[in-house]
Amino acid sequence: MSETTAIRGGAQQKLLAFASLIVLVLGFSLASPNFFQTSNIMAILQAASVNGVLAVGVTLIIITGGIDLSIGTLMTFCAVMTGVVLTWAGMPLILGVVAAIATGALCGLVSGFFVARLKIPPFIATLGMMLILKGLSLIVTGTKPIYFNDTPGFTLIAQGSVIGALIPAFPVPNGVLILFLVAGATAWVLSRTVLGRYTFALGSNEEAVRLSGVNTDGWKMAIYALAGGIVGIGGLLIASRLNSAQPALGLGYELEAIAAVVIGGTSLAGGRGTILGTLIGALIMAVLTNGLRVLSVAPEWQTVVTGAIIIIAVYADQLRHRKSS
Amino acid sequence: MFTRRTLLGAAAAISLLAQTTGAFAQDKLYVPLISKGFQHQFWQAVKAGADKAAGELGVEVTFEGPDNESQVDKQIDMLAAALAKNPAAIGFAALDSQAAIPLLQQAKDAGIPVIAFDSGVDSDIPLATAATDNLAAAALAADKLAELIGGAGKVAVVAHDQTSRTGVDRRDGFLNRMKEQHPDIEVVTVEYGGGDHLKSTEITKAILTANPDIKGIFGTNEGSAIGVLNGVREAGAEVVVVGYDSGKAQTDAIRAGQMAGAITQNPVGIGYETVKAAVAASKGETVEPNIDTGFYWYDATNIDSPEISAVLYE
Repeated sequence: MSETTAIRGGAQQKLLAFASLIVLVLGFSLASPNFFQTSNIMAILQAASVNGVLAVGVTLIIITGGIDLSIGTLMTFCAVMTGVVLTWAGMPLILGVVAAIATGALCGLVSGFFVARLKIPPFIATLGMMLILKGLSLIVTGTKPIYFNDTPGFTLIAQGSVIGALIPAFPVPNGVLILFLVAGATAWVLSRTVLGRYTFALGSNEEAVRLSGVNTDGWKMAIYALAGGIVGIGGLLIASRLNSAQPALGLGYELEAIAAVVIGGTSLAGGRGTILGTLIGALIMAVLTNGLRVLSVAPEWQTVVTGAIIIIAVYADQLRHRKSS
Repeated sequence: MFTRRTLLGAAAAISLLAQTTGAFAQDKLYVPLISKGFQHQFWQAVKAGADKAAGELGVEVTFEGPDNESQVDKQIDMLAAALAKNPAAIGFAALDSQAAIPLLQQAKDAGIPVIAFDSGVDSDIPLATAATDNLAAAALAADKLAELIGGAGKVAVVAHDQTSRTGVDRRDGFLNRMKEQHPDIEVVTVEYGGGDHLKSTEITKAILTANPDIKGIFGTNEGSAIGVLNGVREAGAEVVVVGYDSGKAQTDAIRAGQMAGAITQNPVGIGYETVKAAVAASKGETVEPNIDTGFYWYDATNIDSPEISAVLYE
């Protein structure tokens, strides 16, 4: 019974979020003829790709009832390690990709170890990691950006368009394609695998899961590592997009990703959430940011409106939950 | 029910926004300026200059930039949104030139002239650059500080950041001049406070604790300079402080003799010249490729002179 309401609730939330997205797109299209044009839509999708990937990663952790504040600076650190492997060591492109994902997974595992084994609250453990990784990025690079000019094809990872080569009228950047692939794969893991089941179970009632003989610490570390690996893909995307690993970047990106997750209806209390919701949340954030700019709304007001939308979105979710229970 | 009402509300809100801002006269030339920031008084002064030129030339100008100078990707998104508006020309202060090249190329292909401002763009796409020579300006700060401490002793630098062009140029301009022209002066440390008042204050106090015999400190932007000033004040130290840019806290300190003096750029001029060049370029006129907007040393003796007070901001 409770499961059916949970599923129906999830569907409703997604519907609400999706409807908000459509309303925003319609509203902006009516308000400005420049908004709904292929190049601008592609710019919005491109802007959503990095935040979307980070949000997909942190969704897993939030469903377990945890939080990860280190994803922004971890993204940067992964980009930096890709730079080390490709530009400094001159290794082939594929190893740069591996470096980003492996660095992310490893750092995620370390965060998971702090949380699961050392019992440090996730907020604190990942706050510590956030600062450690910010510092490490600056140390490794000597505070200078690493450029990828010597790696042909690197910028194509995010900026090229496989779809555009097939359908010229629809030049979706590869970064967006990667976002959708990552989201699809993660949604599959959540709904079809043991790891996914435990992710939800840990967020609903960790003690019950532990008492039933499950190695909760181990699974939790695995989830943090998986989320870290996804953040590594985010690092790869931003590096490819900027053709450089920018060591000072990343602080504040975790909050944007968390905002996308929450707008998408995932509960910060854990046990409830969907990847599709997160994806829509990331698109809403990107549409809102771009649309307000295209309308030439003063930048001060842009941040006020964005903040208000986050609060309205979460309040609507709360209200619906109170009604359903 | 609730859902429908929220949605209708959202739609209404957007159309309201559109009415207030979308009044955009389509016959007026439109020039967006994508800056490195907008909150600091310095950028507000650049904006004031841009608005002044917009008023005189009868064009529409918008001004925006990311929250801090590390957010390279946010700035790229802003540039993309600006391009979507089919502007007559674009003013752009790149946080990272290379990262912006695909979009600058897009602007070029669409026939939209790009004017670089503040620190320039490392590319041949911008038709002109309106900027301060930060290396030369920081070298002047080094000369003045050397003169004020009598040509010998220990000094330190509190810089705003170690990755941006202005951060690097001001630091290097200062350090190089000290090494080349003032061999008896030792720069004991360069620390980075992100231009944050509080962080720069703590850094300064730490520097003073570590080097009680220090004679002078250079703060490389408004926030850093104010932090240095606070740190020196809280520690009760006797140190010559040299700043950069203006703002009320700095100008007050210079008048009161707590700060020896500072370098000021001409932010109003940067904004003004950028818009002027952008409008000229959009009409197909040729523009001067290097627009040097200048810099000045100011202290208690010349702070109220017309030449200086015109470029200072509160």
